[in-house]
Amino acid sequence: MASTKLSSEESRKVLDKIETDLIRPMRSHKGLELWLLFLGLIFIVGGYAYFIQLRDGLGVTAMRDYSSWGSYIANFVFFVAASLIGMFISSVFGLLKIKWVIPISRIAEMIALAFAMWAGLVIVIDMGRPDRLHHVFLYGRFQSPIVWDITVVTSYVAISMLLLLIPMIPDASILKRRMSDAPKWQQMIYNLLTLGWDAQPEQYAILKRSMRVLMILIIPIALSIHTVTSWLFAMTLRAGWDSTIFGPYFVSGAFVAGVAAVIIAMYFFRYNYKLGDYITDYHFNRIGQVLVLVSAVYIYFNLNEYFVPAYKMRTAERLHLEEMFTGHWAYMFWFAQIFCLAIPTFLLIFKKLRKPKIMLWLAVFVLIGAWLKRILIVIPVQQHPYLPIQNVPDSFKEYHFTGIEIALNILPIAGVLLIITILAKLFPVISVWEVAHEKGVDETIIK
Amino acid sequence: MNENQEHNDQQNLNEDQARRSFLKKLGIFAGIGAVATAGAVYVGFDHEKKKNPTGKKVRVLTADGKLMEVDEAELEKNENAATEELNELQRRGREGLPGKHWVMVIDLSKCRNARMCMAACQGAHELRPEQHHINVLRMQDADHTEPYFMPKPCYHCDNPPCTKVCPVDATFKRQDGIVLIDNERCIGCRFCIAGCPYSARVFNWIEPLKPANDRVYDVELNVPQKKGTISKCLFSADCLRKGEMPYCTRACPNGVYWFGDRNEDTVTNGTTKETVSFSELIRKNGGYTVLEELGTKPQVYYLPPKNRAFPFQYEGKTELDPNDSRIGGGRG
Repeated sequence: MASTKLSSEESRKVLDKIETDLIRPMRSHKGLELWLLFLGLIFIVGGYAYFIQLRDGLGVTAMRDYSSWGSYIANFVFFVAASLIGMFISSVFGLLKIKWVIPISRIAEMIALAFAMWAGLVIVIDMGRPDRLHHVFLYGRFQSPIVWDITVVTSYVAISMLLLLIPMIPDASILKRRMSDAPKWQQMIYNLLTLGWDAQPEQYAILKRSMRVLMILIIPIALSIHTVTSWLFAMTLRAGWDSTIFGPYFVSGAFVAGVAAVIIAMYFFRYNYKLGDYITDYHFNRIGQVLVLVSAVYIYFNLNEYFVPAYKMRTAERLHLEEMFTGHWAYMFWFAQIFCLAIPTFLLIFKKLRKPKIMLWLAVFVLIGAWLKRILIVIPVQQHPYLPIQNVPDSFKEYHFTGIEIALNILPIAGVLLIITILAKLFPVISVWEVAHEKGVDETIIK
Repeated sequence: MNENQEHNDQQNLNEDQARRSFLKKLGIFAGIGAVATAGAVYVGFDHEKKKNPTGKKVRVLTADGKLMEVDEAELEKNENAATEELNELQRRGREGLPGKHWVMVIDLSKCRNARMCMAACQGAHELRPEQHHINVLRMQDADHTEPYFMPKPCYHCDNPPCTKVCPVDATFKRQDGIVLIDNERCIGCRFCIAGCPYSARVFNWIEPLKPANDRVYDVELNVPQKKGTISKCLFSADCLRKGEMPYCTRACPNGVYWFGDRNEDTVTNGTTKETVSFSELIRKNGGYTVLEELGTKPQVYYLPPKNRAFPFQYEGKTELDPNDSRIGGGRG
């Protein structure tokens, strides 16, 4: 696997340096309290908003009888989308034995797990009767795409967790050795995750085989979580949702959002965790190329999704499309399509621009665009049903976000950041043993 | 010798352990037995105590119609009455009326936007002014055609897209064709609203107009309404059970609504009470269903707005905004 094997003495030296570099940021808590305080404040505000929503009903949001799915569902779709990246980076690239993803695959998995775990809670926020959540298990019906979605999302969370923890085994063993001054509960976690790791060749064989099985297993499940999520819309008869390409359209969009999230995380960890030796310009160059690729595919699907019906302008789709292209939603639509998709994709074609700082900004735009795009997919369609909206207040015909809604959309995002923060403080964000392996360190000493 | 000794010791030890374990188990059983006996004695005593005659006599009517006088203490209050009533209403509500298949025919040439149907419906179902189980829409099919009023209830589709997507079977199609809602079951996901191409469903976004208090929920009336659950037109299933026509049908002053049973092939006009053959009515008058191409098989038929007794007028207008009046949503 490794290009050159190092001698036993060199191996020790190299491994020691990698361990020190990757574990150091876990010990430095500079600014951590402030960050947690900030997240805590968001939780308090969000918790209060949720209390009001529970007390007064979903009427505290902008949702009404016509736009009855609003920003919560859009946020849910965004969360499921962002969670797909774990599968894409660590499985697809991993199985293709593409080496440069090794230092970023754990970051991708952490992002994936955090988003997938919160996706389930985002959908609960949208429920009119969250107290009846258990009805889904008591009376669940197989016909309903919601039941499919719950099935695949929970499976994805489980497998993502395994895909994060199984490759953690050798690292847990290293952490057990190096973090002997950590609190007891933390040492207990490491001890538990070690599973008796002793760097024996047969243990490596089992480890690699398990990882391979998980990597293969997660691909169909990841594809199905977003396909089924797209079916929540595509399975209805509404013009604008009633589309046969919604599955691949959503999946391709998910990769764009996920890659953008990974770029932002890479930048953060490179500079804040001082991992410049591991996440290099080369890695940014590579992931930039990946963003161009997935964005190009997504642009192609957008063309199909908007241009084909726009050419025909069938009665039912006409008003919806006109509202998007030139009407009420036009600013958001063109901002998302041009500034958050077309321009970043075009700029990243040039190698000169595939540099960390530029890419960070482009990724931020891409990610904001990805969120807006979910709003544009979910809300405008409902404002143009087949039969006209009449005899209701004007608030039923429009959609103006309320403060409660904004607080409850930010809350899960803070939740994702909290999970990533905790994971990054408990475990190295880069796989120690895999990097060491790459550098030709003697396998048997990685424990 | 030594080995033998050890073996014996081991055996003694084992026996000792076995005995101890047995005693322990016995103790547990005895304990459980004692508690159970004490419990039984207490329950029995309590029961007897309740039966002590109070001297107060109460007259009751037995199931076979005899009037009897018993001591007040003999009466057992049925504390589960409300739950039992609810369960019975749910059971028969889900079943529907056997042998029936309800249909509605709406004669668009008669409707002049009196909105008595809407008022009767909102009153019966305790709806807010903006919540419509039935909504009289202003429609115009194409640029130069005459506008008309179109009352829109739930179409009680034979292939309902709303019941299919419900994750918990809270909305369902009964044997008599009615699509009903169980707001004791509904989780408030609003997938059915997304699924309905006719915008027939409403949601209780805030506390309903009238509080539930202690009223038992009637699934056939969907009253009391509940915050966080769905509501929609139920073809007045509660009236049909009593042999009456739906609230809207009866309230109409203009003879717009015909209601009846497709199996019997008869429909009755809610205003004139005239009964005619359903198939003949829709055949002779060009009856149709809205957006038939969606494959939902609506059970509400329309008669086209021809030979009208009145000219269309709404807020002084005789033409409508094409963005807000077309079947199919968009501009004509």
